Amino acid sequence: MAYSEEVLDHYENPRNVGKMDDKDSHVGTGMVGAPACGDVMRLQIKVSDDGVIEDAKFKTYGCGSAIASSSLVTEWVKGMTLDQAAELKNTQISEELALPPVKIHCSVLAEDAIKAAVADYRTKNS
Amino acid sequence: MKLPIYLDYSATTPMDPRVAEKMAQCLTLEGNFGNPASRSHLFGWKAEEAVELARRQVADLVNCDPREIVWTSGATESDNLAIKGAAHFYSKKGKHIITSKIEHKAVLDTCRQLEREGFEVTYLDPLPNGVVTPDSVKEALREDTILVSIMQVNNEIGVINDIEAIGEITRANKVLFHVDAAQSAGKINIDLDRLKVDLMSFSAHKLYGPKGIGALYVRRKPRVRLEAQMHGGGHERGMRSGTLATHQIVGMGEACAIAKAEMHQENRRLMALRQRLWDGVSDLEQVFCNGDFDQRVAGNINISFNFVEGESLLMALKDLAVSSGSACTSASLEPSYVLRALGMNDEMAHSSIRFSIGRFTTEEEIDFAIEKIRTAVNKLRELSPLWDMYKDGVDLDKVEWVSH
Repeated sequence: MAYSEEVLDHYENPRNVGKMDDKDSHVGTGMVGAPACGDVMRLQIKVSDDGVIEDAKFKTYGCGSAIASSSLVTEWVKGMTLDQAAELKNTQISEELALPPVKIHCSVLAEDAIKAAVADYRTKNS
Repeated sequence: MKLPIYLDYSATTPMDPRVAEKMAQCLTLEGNFGNPASRSHLFGWKAEEAVELARRQVADLVNCDPREIVWTSGATESDNLAIKGAAHFYSKKGKHIITSKIEHKAVLDTCRQLEREGFEVTYLDPLPNGVVTPDSVKEALREDTILVSIMQVNNEIGVINDIEAIGEITRANKVLFHVDAAQSAGKINIDLDRLKVDLMSFSAHKLYGPKGIGALYVRRKPRVRLEAQMHGGGHERGMRSGTLATHQIVGMGEACAIAKAEMHQENRRLMALRQRLWDGVSDLEQVFCNGDFDQRVAGNINISFNFVEGESLLMALKDLAVSSGSACTSASLEPSYVLRALGMNDEMAHSSIRFSIGRFTTEEEIDFAIEKIRTAVNKLRELSPLWDMYKDGVDLDKVEWVSH
């Protein structure tokens, strides 16, 4: 299968790879997917006191498109408010990365991951 | 060294130049282009002579009578002809067939078709090491069993089955035994004079011959009857009509002759290369060989790199032409049915790569491959949340995953 240049770029040079302390009250963690399905994404955000995402990190077990989708999302959400981040749509991701139909689920997973991270942060801080 | 490096010899092999040369002599007006079925002139006689020489070369590789070799278009057609042909011919005797869950699709899908026609098929489970045991065949036999079809060497994991022992069981119970030998012919010794095998499928392009040609061995004593699947001019004693492709057949014959002459020497070399590859990667943590380590053909090793997903690994190994144990690149996103039949969990199956080496693989290529694999696995593990969790001592089986 041919990968788009955007996917290859994120795959070769993934942005924001890493792990944050999930016990930190400023950190929200979203982990979605399952090893059996071939994709697991862990996406973490660090949120400032005024509700802006200061930093984001990810680690992904999955195909190149899954890695690229989560890498892209970490880039995008930095500087966003929680509400903005929670409104990210998978179609934006799949368009940016030119994902083929068989890989759309990777973008869906990335959307799920950021939503889960936001929800985790909100639960922690409610 | 030319990139990418070809490590997918189980998928197909490049033709041996000696084979290509023989084939080229059977194409043009100056060459041996005649129809082997033409009886009225020299062109036909010469072509027939070439075809019969090739038939002997194939027969010599597996120690059978040349008259027991039927030309086909490849192992898929041979499997179809053997299984459907025998099932249809002997259907009055019974309608039960035994095969295994890790057969090639050419066997499995043919069996599925027969199920739709009213046959009953038992699909045997292999052991976790990939071996289909003679005992499991014996236990599955019924009064109405007419055919057993078990491959000699599995295409994904390279594991060798004991077809000699299975043949003893089938013969004693008067059941026909078909063996798919696409991955074994030319790789391991096959002695059909001794083996109690009734039908055996061969492919040329797995042993440095051309694509589009194969053969089916059909035993004469005791005689095996088949219902033809291809009707026409009555070629190949009525079992497979169609003008014989002289150049393809000559190519397969030559490939078999070379394999017979060089197999043992080549196997020693391949065994050493495979060991070199395994030694080069197996000290990475959580790396496993799929299928029995010892009971396998020299050219194959199927490896799981735990916590690394197969498709991204293939992407990182773009300089190596290998295939993923999981068929993730297809639309199905299903991990390999062979690895799953061994009882392997999905994530391990998703993390598997088949490396298959052959006649033209060099030590330099193996060393390059090792470097690439180590770099890729380490990089992807750095990216893998599962690797993190494993390192933190989390039992991944106990995690509640959010499936999708």
